[in-house]
Amino acid sequence: MSKVQDYNSRLSDPASRKMGTFSYLPPMDDAQIRKQVEWIVKHGWNPAIEHTEPEYAMSNFWYMWKLPMFGETDVDVILAELKACHEANPDNHVRLIGYNNFSQSQGANMVVYRGTPV
Amino acid sequence: MSAKKYDAGVKEYRSTYWEPDYKVKDSDVLAVFKVIPQPGVDREEAAAAVAAESSTGTWTTVWTDLLTDLDYYKGRAYAIEDVPGSDDAFYAFIAYPMDLFEEGSVVNVFTSIVGNVFGFKAVRSLRLEDVRFPLWFVMTCFGPPHGIQVERDKLDKYGRPLLGCTIKPKLGLSAKNYGRAVYECLRGGLDFTKDDENVNSQPFMRWRDRFDFCQEAIEKAEIETGERKGHYMNVTAPTVEEMFKRAEYAKEIGTPIIMSDYLTIGWAAHNSLSKWCRDNGLLLHVHRAMHAVMDRNPNHGINFRVLTKLLRLLGGDHLHSGTVVGKLEGDREATLGWIDLMRDRYIKEDRSRGIFFDQDWGGMPGLFPVASGGIHVWHMPALVSIFGNDSVLQFGGGTLGHPWGNAAGAAANRVALEACVQARNEGREIEKEGKDILIAAAQHSPELKIAMETWKEIKFEFDTVDKLDTQHR
Repeated sequence: MSKVQDYNSRLSDPASRKMGTFSYLPPMDDAQIRKQVEWIVKHGWNPAIEHTEPEYAMSNFWYMWKLPMFGETDVDVILAELKACHEANPDNHVRLIGYNNFSQSQGANMVVYRGTPV
Repeated sequence: MSAKKYDAGVKEYRSTYWEPDYKVKDSDVLAVFKVIPQPGVDREEAAAAVAAESSTGTWTTVWTDLLTDLDYYKGRAYAIEDVPGSDDAFYAFIAYPMDLFEEGSVVNVFTSIVGNVFGFKAVRSLRLEDVRFPLWFVMTCFGPPHGIQVERDKLDKYGRPLLGCTIKPKLGLSAKNYGRAVYECLRGGLDFTKDDENVNSQPFMRWRDRFDFCQEAIEKAEIETGERKGHYMNVTAPTVEEMFKRAEYAKEIGTPIIMSDYLTIGWAAHNSLSKWCRDNGLLLHVHRAMHAVMDRNPNHGINFRVLTKLLRLLGGDHLHSGTVVGKLEGDREATLGWIDLMRDRYIKEDRSRGIFFDQDWGGMPGLFPVASGGIHVWHMPALVSIFGNDSVLQFGGGTLGHPWGNAAGAAANRVALEACVQARNEGREIEKEGKDILIAAAQHSPELKIAMETWKEIKFEFDTVDKLDTQHR
């Protein structure tokens, strides 16, 4: 049994909380985030940014950061908005969404900045 | 129209039911059968016989035929084609007029077109390969209780396939031990766990105890991980009344998803359950136990693409589709064909995928195909590539068989999945680069590393029995 490793997840440990797609991978660096933004733009999805206090992360409705960026295809503009949202709300989770208006769903949804765990 | 005279006796089927000049109507139900006639029966006569016996005909002329106008009711064989790679089989295309069928009744359509005709002596074997359902029929059926888009919103999961696991051993665990296995999988990162198809309410684990323990597992895993979870609670039961009793209880304890075996409970019962699910806000996972009885023999039965269309009409939010790469039967191109039929709004005829007709689903939602059976982390790049985001990938042994247990097995699958999705989004060819992607991901995940070592050599490479019809089988 000594070779068996414990699965370290606890109700009492806020670091055990996950946040959807990509939250089981290490946080993305800037180059990786850029590639995910390019994926959204490439599909013609509408980028949008949302954030929340980590204690309310289970809610369906996070705060919108401004409005979805309809028709925005400039990756740098989208990255700059992500950064601006993060700087204004440094303790919050900040997620990037790609709204697919054809399927009326979200083609992409990922937490890009992880807030302070609670 | 001139009046006909009654002429008793046996006529050749072709005189009434073979109409090669018939122009197909948008409102017709179209079917294509693979027919092997008895020796001495020619193709036109066999095709006409199938059209007759699956619609209005009987073996001899009856006087009451003249009290109606059969043109509104009779099936017509309108085309015949060779089957590639076969000398004795041919495809018979048959058109059925709309007046033949009850609106919204899948049961009625199939009682006609796969009814008595399958035991008919003039054909040696018969296989229903595809059916085109006209839009009027689609829109009078019920369809998936929620559909892909609503399920994603309810579960708050986007941009990736969903992950599940069937709890094993499938039979014999106590309810509390079973709930333990569920909890471990969910806390490790799976979205769903699943009752197996034959887990109903046996003496070793009655349904209510199972539901209670599994619900506790779901609720704790949700608080622990901050993500939404579900366990497909199988409400398949010996009677319809009992099935609804179990479904009502599942709703009462607040579980998000239940399941049924649509072929063994019967289509009418399934249709009722699907309606109940929409009325009560529960998702419906659908298992296809018994399908291979009908769809595996390449010359006789019903192709799975037809059973797929039928389930989309009856209603379900998930349907097992085969994995292509795992332990269960499934030709890659044919599987791609029927997963399109589950998900898309309009599917064009594509013989290379075994799709014989354009199919328009109108506004009917699509459902998730479920890939389940004999798959593990090494299959992940191929699965993400084949199935895309709108799918549920289920690793049973591939989760529970992890050397460190279910939670570690679940985490390994989740890490592998997310690594493949991330790489795909970055523009990498994940089937080709799969090994590198998984090895890189395993550097941050000891759970994935051990899983990769455990299942390194396991492949299931047997030839498929039910292949698409091609020149060189």
